[in-house]
Amino acid sequence: MRRIYADNAATTALSPKVLDKMMPYLTTVYGNPSSLYGIGAEAKEAVEEARAKIATLIGANSPNEIYFTSGGSEADNWAIKGMCRALKKKGKTHIITSKFEHHAVLHTCKALEKEGFEVTYLDVYENGIVKVEDVKNAIKDTTALVTIMYANNEIGTIQPIKEIGAICRENKVIFHTDAVQAVGNVDINVEDQNIDMLSLTGHKFHGPKGCGALYCRRGVRPEILIDGGAQERTRRAGTENVAGIVGLAEALELSLSTMNERNARLTKMRDRLMDGLLTIERSRVNGDRVHRLPGNINMCFEGIEGESLLLRLDMAGICASSGSACTSGDLDPSHVLLSIGLPHEIAHGSMRLSFSDDNTEEDVDYILEQVPKIVDYLRMMSPLWEKIKEEERNN
Amino acid sequence: MAYTEKVMDHFANPRNVGEIKDASGVGEVGNSKCGDIMKMYIKVEGNVIVDCKFKTFGCGAAIATSSMATELIKGKTIDEALKLTNKAVMEALDGLPPVKVHCSVLAEQAIKAALADYYTRQGIDPEPIVGKIQECDHDHGCGCSDF
Repeated sequence: MRRIYADNAATTALSPKVLDKMMPYLTTVYGNPSSLYGIGAEAKEAVEEARAKIATLIGANSPNEIYFTSGGSEADNWAIKGMCRALKKKGKTHIITSKFEHHAVLHTCKALEKEGFEVTYLDVYENGIVKVEDVKNAIKDTTALVTIMYANNEIGTIQPIKEIGAICRENKVIFHTDAVQAVGNVDINVEDQNIDMLSLTGHKFHGPKGCGALYCRRGVRPEILIDGGAQERTRRAGTENVAGIVGLAEALELSLSTMNERNARLTKMRDRLMDGLLTIERSRVNGDRVHRLPGNINMCFEGIEGESLLLRLDMAGICASSGSACTSGDLDPSHVLLSIGLPHEIAHGSMRLSFSDDNTEEDVDYILEQVPKIVDYLRMMSPLWEKIKEEERNN
Repeated sequence: MAYTEKVMDHFANPRNVGEIKDASGVGEVGNSKCGDIMKMYIKVEGNVIVDCKFKTFGCGAAIATSSMATELIKGKTIDEALKLTNKAVMEALDGLPPVKVHCSVLAEQAIKAALADYYTRQGIDPEPIVGKIQECDHDHGCGCSDF
C-alpha cells in the first residue's frame, strides 16, 4: 500500500545528510564541550560553529544572540516567563498575545496570569491573521512583551511580523515571535523584521527532535529559566546537546538553500489540492489562502468528525492530523479553529495536511482520489449529515 | 491513545449501518457540538429485536461502540436489550482508552432511547422501564442536556 506522510507540521523526517553531520558527535566526538581536552574542545568548536551559522541564517548580528534550548516549548517558556519576570521589576505587568498561539505560548501566558500578569488575547479574525492596528491599540504603559507567532501551526497563516515588530519598537516594547512553524519555510531576518526574540526548533525542517534555539537581540536579557552550570554564557544551564545542535544548524542551512524552489513547488501542490477538495460539497479552507505556509492545507468537511476521517486516511496510507477534539483527548475542538469563528460542529470535522520537500504531485493525486471517497462514506453513516441535507431541502 | 484490534475492526467494517424504514423504535443521543451523535433504529417482532441499525457522527470509538451495541442486541429479547450496559459494550471491544469511555455510555443510551421510543409508540410511559435517557455525559458546559 502507498504511504504518504503529510503531517510535516507535527514533525519531519530527519534528513540523511543531517544525520551524517551528527554522527561523529554521537560516536567518536563524545566529549563534554566544557572540558579542556581534545574531544571536549572539538565538541565546543562544533557548537560554536553551529551557533554562528544559525545567527547568520536568521540575520542576527552576532552568534552571541543565539541560545540553544531543548526545543520550541522551552524557548517559548524562557522568552515569555524570563522576559516578563525581568520586566515586572520595572512595573511592566502586561502581555499581549493572540488567541490562537501554540499552547507553549498560551499556557505560559496562563501561568503568568497566576503570577499577577494581565494578558490581552488578540482576535485573529476569520482569515487567521492578527491586525497590526489591534496590537498598537492594546499596548499600554505597563506592557512588557508582545508575543505573536510567525505562522500558525494548524492553519499555517503568516502574521504581519515586520509591522508588529515596528509598532513594538516605536513603543519600546519587547517583541517575541514563536517562529517554530516558519523557520526554514519562509524568509526570516530578525534585523529587518524588528524581532527582539524568536523561538525555533530543528525537527520542523528535517533536523533532530529535542533541540531548538532562542534568539535574543543584544541587550534583551530574560531571567534565567534553567539554573545550573555555566553553559550558554551562563544563561541556560545543561550540557549541550552537541549532535542535536550540529544537526539543527545543518538542517536549517539545507532547508534555506532549497527554500525558493521548494516553496514554488509546494504552493502549487497546496493550491491544487485545496481547489480539488473544495469541489466536495460543504467543505471549506480554514485560514487565509494566500498568507499561509506553502505546505499547509487545513479544511473542514461538514457532517463528519475529524478523528474518524484521520483513521480512514491512515487506513488508506495517508498520515494527516486534525483539530478535532477526539484526537487530543480534549472535549472541545481546536482553539485555533474556534478562534477563526468556526462553530463547534464544523470545527470537529477538520483535517490538516502539511507537506515537505519529500511530498510529490503524485501524493496530491492520491489524496484527491481518497479524501472524497472517505468523506462520502462517513457522511453516508452520519445522522448530522442527514440533518444538514434535510435543512437544505426545507430551505 | 491506541484502539484495540476489535475497535479498529468495528470502525473499519461497521456492522448494521443504515436505517430501518418501518422501525418499531428510533432513538438519538448526543449532539453535534460535542462531536458525537448516535441514531439507533430497532425493529421489534413479538418480544424480539429482529433487526437493529445505526448511524453515527463521531470518532472511531463512537462508530465502533455503536456497531458493537447493535450486534449485542440484535436477535435478543427486549428484556435482554434493556440490560445492555456500556461496560458490556466496552468489554466486547476489548476495552477503550479512558477518554473514550463516554462513547460506550452514549451507545448504551442510544439503545435505551430507541427502546423508549418503542414503548412510547405503544402508548406506554417508557421512563419506569427504561429510565431517564442521558444524552451526553460531558460536563464541559457545552450546552448538552446533562441529567
